[in-house]
Amino acid sequence: MQFDQILQYVLSGFSTGAIYALIGIGFSIIYNATGIINFAQGEFVMLGGLLTLSCLQIFNLPLWAAIPCAVSASTVVGILFERLAIRPLRQPTPINLVIITIGGSILIRGLAMLVWGKDTHSIPAFSGDAPIAIGGATILPQHLWILAITLIIILANKLYFYHTISGKAMRACAYNRRAAGLVGIDVRRMVLFSFIISSAMGAVAGIIVAPLTMTAYDVGVMLGLKGFCAAIIGGMSSGISTVIGGLILGVLESLGAGLISSGYKDAIAFIILLLILFIRPQGLFGKADSERV
Amino acid sequence: MKKMSLLFSSFCLCLLFANVACASGTIKIGALFAVTGPASFLGEPEKKTLELLVKEANGKGGINGQKLEAVIYDTGGDATKAVQLATKLIKDDKVSVIIGPSTTGESMAVIPVVEKEKIPLISCAAGIKITDPAKHWVFKTPANDHVAAEKILNYMATKNQKSIALLTVTDGFGASGREQIKVLAKQKGFTVVADEVYGPKDTDMTAQLTKIRGIKPDAIICWGTNPGPAVITKNVKQLGLKTPLYMSHGVASKKYIELAGADAAEGVMLPAGKLAIYDMLPKNDPQYKLLKSYDQSYKKAYGVEASTFGGYAYDAFLLVTSAIKKSGATPELIRNGIEQSQKLVCISGICTMSGKDHNGLDLSAFEMVKVVKGDWALLK
Repeated sequence: MQFDQILQYVLSGFSTGAIYALIGIGFSIIYNATGIINFAQGEFVMLGGLLTLSCLQIFNLPLWAAIPCAVSASTVVGILFERLAIRPLRQPTPINLVIITIGGSILIRGLAMLVWGKDTHSIPAFSGDAPIAIGGATILPQHLWILAITLIIILANKLYFYHTISGKAMRACAYNRRAAGLVGIDVRRMVLFSFIISSAMGAVAGIIVAPLTMTAYDVGVMLGLKGFCAAIIGGMSSGISTVIGGLILGVLESLGAGLISSGYKDAIAFIILLLILFIRPQGLFGKADSERV
Repeated sequence: MKKMSLLFSSFCLCLLFANVACASGTIKIGALFAVTGPASFLGEPEKKTLELLVKEANGKGGINGQKLEAVIYDTGGDATKAVQLATKLIKDDKVSVIIGPSTTGESMAVIPVVEKEKIPLISCAAGIKITDPAKHWVFKTPANDHVAAEKILNYMATKNQKSIALLTVTDGFGASGREQIKVLAKQKGFTVVADEVYGPKDTDMTAQLTKIRGIKPDAIICWGTNPGPAVITKNVKQLGLKTPLYMSHGVASKKYIELAGADAAEGVMLPAGKLAIYDMLPKNDPQYKLLKSYDQSYKKAYGVEASTFGGYAYDAFLLVTSAIKKSGATPELIRNGIEQSQKLVCISGICTMSGKDHNGLDLSAFEMVKVVKGDWALLK
């Protein structure tokens, strides 16, 4: 086995892993604020990509303007989703909420299918397709964009959760909703915030991967599941451990496909998920009863 | 009041008679397509094509003076549902012929039903099992997968490429292609040195390609439908692989070049149904006129170019209507008419059926093409 082959597997794994990480963080932000797993997270990834496509083609916007438009439009969908589906619920037990998010994801996917059709679409790369050689391996400029944007988002998250009032309030909700409510934090507003942040992040993830992976109304399903795996490995934290979870998942998938067999690529991801849930349900890095922010 | 009720009942009576009159003057064509679900890339254009054709035929006064009516159901690509809907078409809708299903799995599941009920079935799926051995009531319009595979291997033989790396998608289409290529490769003296797969929704195949790069085959054959092959084409470019890349007929549409980017797709070779390249055919090609009219009327109706897959439904419709014109509209007569089709000019090829061959297409159904500057170019 040559070194450059291994290097290529690892690099490919990193770039897919970074995408999983971004989606995974979206899962954990909502989980921490509300205690529910938002299975519609993958749909925001899809919306990001497809809305960018519409901005580019219908409104003829340049790419730099299309991206913020698409992110804000997906965020509006996130807000509507929270307002119309999550907040009005009489008995917000976690199981009801989870089922609602699954229903919401099917609805959003169905609407997207009607709007954009069933075809796959592609978005131009941010800065060309000329491959960059690193050692004996190659990556694309888009991979660097993905890694850089993931990094920026993680740093912004860190700043928000530890250095702003609303970020701290959201952490308080994660520790104890009731107590947070008692000290005057508007828990419902924090829930809305969490949906805003995670839908925007999902959309960003969808946009930066679309030039590589293309986008269609149903891309959210598999990406959402992989992102969920990343979040589980990272113990549902909204920080660095979910990122590491995503990267581990990406690299193992890529190494597994390369060294063992490509037939088992998805199996590897889900075996890891099961093992983590059996052996370390608190995540790879969490202590048994850790804070989950 | 009495007057009203009289009026109403006579109205009802009228409706009843109108219905009966209608029923005697129409030919019902049932159709089962996977319009939604994983095989919607097949079912969607098939449904649109059939709707278009029925409308056109009725606009011209129907077939032999009888109007056509299409009863189309969506199977979602699910074999169990396909069987239920086939029974419904036969028992409730009383159709004389069924077009579809779109996939091999569904077709195999529906075959016992139509054989028992004696209704002709014209499958739009490519699997060789459907008509080999020939079943009395079952036909199919797409050329067998192995015809496309054979076309690639024959071309490779002329270029002296002996070792093949396979990269196939893990759905019915990929699995069937993989099987056929392996069998054919053995017969024709090729060696399969790598046998990799990818999932239909996978977003990065560099791992498989890196492995293939290490093995250094003479050529890579990728068998799948969009978006997978487009991703693979981009990945090949990224890795700087210089190995010749062959695709299946499943991506023989401009959409593939658009998704992969003209730059990355440059030099990719594939067997294409003639529909994709009709404007490059000589004007005296027997299929030219049909292909052109299909593509143009489809574009006019739906705003997108016609696909090889929609062509499968087109051919099924052609077989049915020419059989009705020739013999008659009962299931038995339609079946016999289809079996007697000789040199019928279809979208997929020139179709000649016989008691033993219920597909009727040969190697001439495909042309080898190469992507040059974002367009197809014929390979000789």
